[in-house]
Formats: sequence, structure tokens, C-alpha cells
Amino acid sequence: MSFMTKTGTLRTALMAGVATAAMAFTSVPTDAETLRWARVGDALTLDPHSQNEGPTHTLNHHIYETLVGRAVDGTLTPRLATDWYIHDEDDTVWVFEIREGVTFHEGQELTAHDVVFSLDRARTPPSGMAALHAAVEEVTAVDDYTVHVRLAGPAPLYVQNLTNTFVMSREWAEEHGTETAPNFAAGEEAYSVRNTNGTGPYMLVEREAEERTVLRVFEGHWDDAPQVTEIIYTPISEAATRVSALLSGEVDIVQDVPVQDIARLEQTDGVSVVRGPENRNIFFSYDMTSETLASTNVDDNPFAHPEIREAMALALDRDAIRQVVMRGESQPSAAPLPPFVNGWTEEMHAYDAPDIERASELVSGIYPNGFSVDLHCPNDRYLNDEAICQALVGMLGRIGMNVNLVSQTRSLHFPLIENWETDFYLLGWGVPTFDSQYVFDFLVHTREGAYGAFNGTRYSNAELDAMIQSLATETDLEARDATIAAIWDQVMEDRIFLNVHNQMLAYAMRDGINLDVHPENQPRMTSVTFD
Amino acid sequence: MIAFIIRRLLQSLIVMLAVALVSFSLFRFVGDPIASMVGQEATLAEREALRQQLGLNDPFVMQFLGFIGRAIQGDFGISYRLQQPVMELILSRLPATLELALISGFFAFVFGVAFGVYTALNRRGWLSNSIMTLSLIGVSLPTFLIGVLLIWVFAVELQWLPSFGRGETVWIGDWWRTGLLTHSGRVSLILPAITLGLYQMTLIMRLVRAEMLEVLRADYIKFARARGLSNRAVNFGHALKNTMVPVITITGLQLGSIIAFAIITETVFQWPGVGALFIRSVQFVDVPVMAAYLMLIALIFVVINLIVDLLYYVVDPRLRVDRASARH
Repeated sequence: MSFMTKTGTLRTALMAGVATAAMAFTSVPTDAETLRWARVGDALTLDPHSQNEGPTHTLNHHIYETLVGRAVDGTLTPRLATDWYIHDEDDTVWVFEIREGVTFHEGQELTAHDVVFSLDRARTPPSGMAALHAAVEEVTAVDDYTVHVRLAGPAPLYVQNLTNTFVMSREWAEEHGTETAPNFAAGEEAYSVRNTNGTGPYMLVEREAEERTVLRVFEGHWDDAPQVTEIIYTPISEAATRVSALLSGEVDIVQDVPVQDIARLEQTDGVSVVRGPENRNIFFSYDMTSETLASTNVDDNPFAHPEIREAMALALDRDAIRQVVMRGESQPSAAPLPPFVNGWTEEMHAYDAPDIERASELVSGIYPNGFSVDLHCPNDRYLNDEAICQALVGMLGRIGMNVNLVSQTRSLHFPLIENWETDFYLLGWGVPTFDSQYVFDFLVHTREGAYGAFNGTRYSNAELDAMIQSLATETDLEARDATIAAIWDQVMEDRIFLNVHNQMLAYAMRDGINLDVHPENQPRMTSVTFD
Repeated sequence: MIAFIIRRLLQSLIVMLAVALVSFSLFRFVGDPIASMVGQEATLAEREALRQQLGLNDPFVMQFLGFIGRAIQGDFGISYRLQQPVMELILSRLPATLELALISGFFAFVFGVAFGVYTALNRRGWLSNSIMTLSLIGVSLPTFLIGVLLIWVFAVELQWLPSFGRGETVWIGDWWRTGLLTHSGRVSLILPAITLGLYQMTLIMRLVRAEMLEVLRADYIKFARARGLSNRAVNFGHALKNTMVPVITITGLQLGSIIAFAIITETVFQWPGVGALFIRSVQFVDVPVMAAYLMLIALIFVVINLIVDLLYYVVDPRLRVDRASARH
């Protein structure tokens, strides 16, 4: 029987690490700063390309690095690529200049060949990142520090798709037989699920999935040394426990603060809360195209009438939802687009005050006795999603719409939209590329091929489809922005979305710790500073 | 005896198969695993391909038979969510749940019997009345609320005990990671063990008290008192001994439900056991983990019942005689 204290060895290793760090860089604080970080869920895997999922990327950003990074204001920053531009002679080719002198945690030198390997791995199924690289035809290394990515056509915004595509070592992947992303169906666990070798600022020390993950600063990292030298990451799924752990001093930062606790935490001594807008809009949408609806008691499709869609917009009291349901923690707007995304304008943001009288007239003009319809809503996906739906049911009840709320878990809700089995639903949408095209591709374009996967409205406008497709290849950014504005005008005029608000994020932390809210909810512990 | 065991084992097998069938047919109502497995950019064709690859389009009977076939070989597949072998996941989480269940079961038994005896013997004392009143709280308050209350009082306000997790753990051999050998591991166990055991403790206490009151009225107790035996000998030597048979049976069976229903306690305290694993698997529609977990719980119940049956057979001579004579 062998006894071994895991934390014992960890501590020894840590001290050794700190000692070497102190010898190597005098700028590193001599006392190790440990940051205990809690959020609701754990990363699903440590494989860099397997899952396209927020918490997974957030943790992996500390171990692996991407070519370009996303700053807290939404702009792109150099990471493993020092520069990127469209090729002078061929506008279908993106050129990436790779940073020199970067090493992986296990000592391999980063070259263009690793980048080529990683992009190929990321764009090949079963990688979860493949859809973001669907337009890529070929990735080549021109020399040791230059990579060319050739796309099917001109793609002026392709670089925006790279903020979550990590670079791994080709040599390491080949050595461990993990040249492709893990395959769910293969029935075997891949080496890369629990082992890592990135170029990132932290190295993996210990991981028990869903229990704790310990990261230690990587002394060979190319960038300035972060103030945090050790990260202990613990998922705590229960909201009350998560907040209690912060109040009792067992964790330093809580990432997913429940809305109802924000005000109380702000008044607590020793704890501070930072907030910021998240890149995620919450809106209602409806089948506005079919002849008839399955769940309504009238003979035609009420949502096909522009008057009914207008009436619903007039009945929705966004400010009431903000105050009562969200406790002030939301940004109401008329269009489903966060302010920092390309294509956003003040006019799209502005919404009218509710006018119940006018809305009732519009409804009774077509249906004197009103009508009934089912509303589908998730109850475990977005902040207070079910309560938002309940609020809408009440508001629509006042204008003669008898809405029957069906709220259920996310795994039952989303297939309804995917399979066109819902007439009226709630959906939240984030824009990871920070460009309106992403919204149009998935939500507005007719459902065909890679387009329209979440277009539950069945909306189909050939003219608009052509404009949307042109966005992908238009290299003149001014003309492109004009097209985006034109598409938005049409979308808003047709009232495809009944937008409620943009979600807000809140991080709570011990006083003396500074961390900004990241719009993609991917905070970097390298940016943490201590007072 | 051998025939009895074989018959019992066959019955257990049928129970396991029935559990597998029922749980497997329920999975179809939990939702679509694909929705949580792929990112929002995945096209409909990619989703369909993955569904096909995982065999989710096969007819129900085929899926079920395939599952049983692989399960017999000990292969429960790969978790959709954590991408690790299911058996390994469950085995690595099981020690945490078993330690929590055994410790809380032990405390529930010790305190339950002690309080039960005390309240039976001092029926009108103020202490008995307060214990009885408090035990009502134990039965009526939901586990979730008790857990949150305990965290609030002992972790946030008093800061005596940790609010979540298992503390430091130590490996015993390759398979068992225990928290019982470190200080932080032991203090981490206190609040979850109380939360999980409180209901069982009140149950045992009320059972002991009722049985004890019943027995104390029996003729042989009156006779024992008439013989001039000391109070101590009457209460503990005769009365308590005769109340223990049903109490031990109930406690044994409750152990199964402590393991199975640790889910809520594990969620509240972020206790890294199989219950928390199960609840997260349900949210993600991680079918392989859900199936294996339910089979495991069924197995635990079946084994406990089997042991209880065998113990009856061994302990109670009347059972043996009846069955033996019925056979001839």
C-alpha cells in the first residue's frame, strides 16, 4: 500500500518552480501568487480542438495559445502570430507571420509546421472547430515562420475565426497518436483529453475533472510574466455554494455570479463585483412562413401577419424585464446584436415604449377573439430564461394572445428549433466572430447546407440570401458594411426577431484583485493584477 | 441453501435487466445528446452524421441489445461529455460517494439509536421533547435547504468548516482516493455527512423509540423487573436487544438509498462523487454515463437485498425449518 499526498508533491514542485522562476526573471514577484478561481462548470476536455465550447476554451487559453487573441474591448491582438494580412497578389490567401523563439511546455520549438498541423487538425472532423474553417482549402508553411491559408474565395474576416483555434506541437501529437481530434464514436480515450503540451503562459500540474485543476506559470513563456503564478480552478455548480465559497474566503474569483446575488455581494465588505456586457443576445423568434401552425387555435399562421409581429413588439416591455427579471443586469435593445459587433448602430439599438392599446387593436383587427399559441423556452441555458418567457406570456396576454408556455431543459429545447418543431421560441445568440455576417449565416439565411442551422423562422428571402453570401467574399470593407446595413434594415423591417436584451456578465472577487469582464466570458488570469 | 442462492441470483439478474430496460427507454425523453455535443456552428448534416455514428438512429431494441451485449463484457463506452471511459469515470468517483455514505450512515445509526433510546426512556423530559421537535425539522426540511443552511452558518458566518469539495486526498493503492487520512479531508466531510445523514438519523431514532416503547410494555420486561433486575439490565440487556432486529434491517436497506440519493448533497457541496457525476450527465444527456450509473445503483440495491435475505436465512432458524419442511 503506498501513501502519497498529491498536494505534498505539488507544493514541493511549486516551490522548486518558484525558485527557478525567481532566478530566471528578476521581474517575477518572489512570493508566489496563487489565484483560486471558481465557475459553474468545468472544461469538457483539454483537447484543443475537440469542443467548441466556452468553458473549455477559457481553460485551454491558459495552456494553449491561438494565432490571434481577443482583447476585452473585442479587438484582435497578436499572440502566436505577430502579423496577419491578406496576400498582396492573391486575395484568397491569408498570410500569418509566426512569432519566433516560442517553445512548448515540453521544450519543442514552435515553427510554421506546427501551425499548419494544428489548423489542419482543427478543420478536420471530428474536430468541433471544423465549421469555423469550412472555407479553408489548404494551409501551407512557406518558410519556418510564415503560414499561408488559402480559402475557397476572398475571406476578409477569416482571421476573426481564429481566436479560439489553438496551436499544438506536431511532434508531440504524432508521438502520442493524437493527430486528429478525439472521436466520440471510436470508444477510446485520446491522450490529449487529459494531457497537454501548449505554448501558453501556464502548464498543467494536476487535474481531476470537475474537481480541481492546478496550473503553474510556464517560465519559458515568450510574453511578460503574469502576476498570478499558480491557478487553482474549481467548478462549483450550485450557485449558493459558489457565492458562499467566495464569502468564506475559500476562493478568490467567482466567474458566474447569479443575478440575484450581485447587489448583495457589492455591499459585502472585502468583495467587489465587476460587470460588463456579454456577447450574447436573448430574443424570441417565430415561424413566420408556414401556412398554418401546429399549436394555434386559428386557421392560418398569425405570425405571418406583419401586424401581429408589430403588436408583439409593442407589447414587449423590455425595461420591465430588465428591472424585475434581470434586477437591472441587462442591456435592452431592439436588434439582436451586442454593441461591440461590426454592423451595430444606435438606431438598431433604440426600442419603442410599449403601447398596449395600439397592440390590442392590431391583434383584434385580425383576430377579434384573440388566438392561442405555444411558446417554447429553455430553463437551464441563459440567465433567467424561463422567467423572461413567463414575463412575455403575461405581456402578450394583455393584447389578446393566449400563450401556453412550454419550458424544458436545453437538450430538449434546441432540437425543436433544429427540427422545425416549434412555432414560437426563445433563443440566445453570441457572435464569436464579432461581425454581423455570423448572425445572418445562421439565423437569417434560408436553411440549406451550412446556412440557416438556427433559422427557426423558416424565413427565406432569395435577395437577402444573395447579399448574405456576398459578405463572405467582399474584400472592400466599406461596401461590405453597406451591405450589412442593408440586410439589417430588411431584417428589422420584417421583424424576424423580437429581441429582449443583451446579457450582462458579472465577476465577483476578493478586494485587491483586478480583472476585467471579457465579452466572450473568457477571462485570462494573466491579466489579473493585485493591489 | 445452494438452490436458494441460485434462485436469488437469477431473480437479481432479472431485476438488473428490468432496470436496464426501464432506464434505457427513459433516456429517449431526456433529450438529444447531439445538441450539447456540437458547437452552434455545426451544420445539420454534421449533426446527422454524428447521430448516425453514435448509433442514435438505430431502433430502440438494437440500441438496447447492443448496450447489454457490451455491458456484459464490462464495456460501458466513452462519456459523451468528458470523453473518458465511463467505467473509469465511475470507479474514480465511487470512493468519494462511498466514504460519504458510510460515514453519514454510521453517524445516523449511532446517534439515531442513542437518541431513540433516550427519548423512549425519558418520555416527558424537556430534552426528549426538544429532540423530538428538532427531529421533525430533520424529516420535513429538504436536504438542499439543510445543506445551504449549514454552509451559511458553519462556513460563511463562523468559518469553521469548508463550504465545498473534499479537501486534500491521499491515494491508497491505485484505485482508492481517500479524504479520511488528511485533516482537511476529514473536516470537509462533516457538513455533507450531517446533511446526508440527518434524515436517516431521525428515521432510525423514531423507529428505535417506537419499537422500544412497544417492547417496554411486553410481559417479559414486566417479568424481568419483577425479578428485581437493574434498570440498566432491563433497558439495554432485554429491551434494546429485542428492538434491534428491525432497526438493523432498515439501516442496511437505507444504506442503499444513502448511496443512491447522495445526489443532492453532492451537488450542494460540490462533492466529487458519482451522484454529482450523474446529475451533470443528465443535464448533458450523456447516455453512456447515465446508463452505467443506473446499473450500478441497481447492482448495489440487489446485492444489499441479497445479503439481507441470506442473513435472515442464516440468523433466523424458523425460516430455515419452514422452507426445509415446505420442500419435503
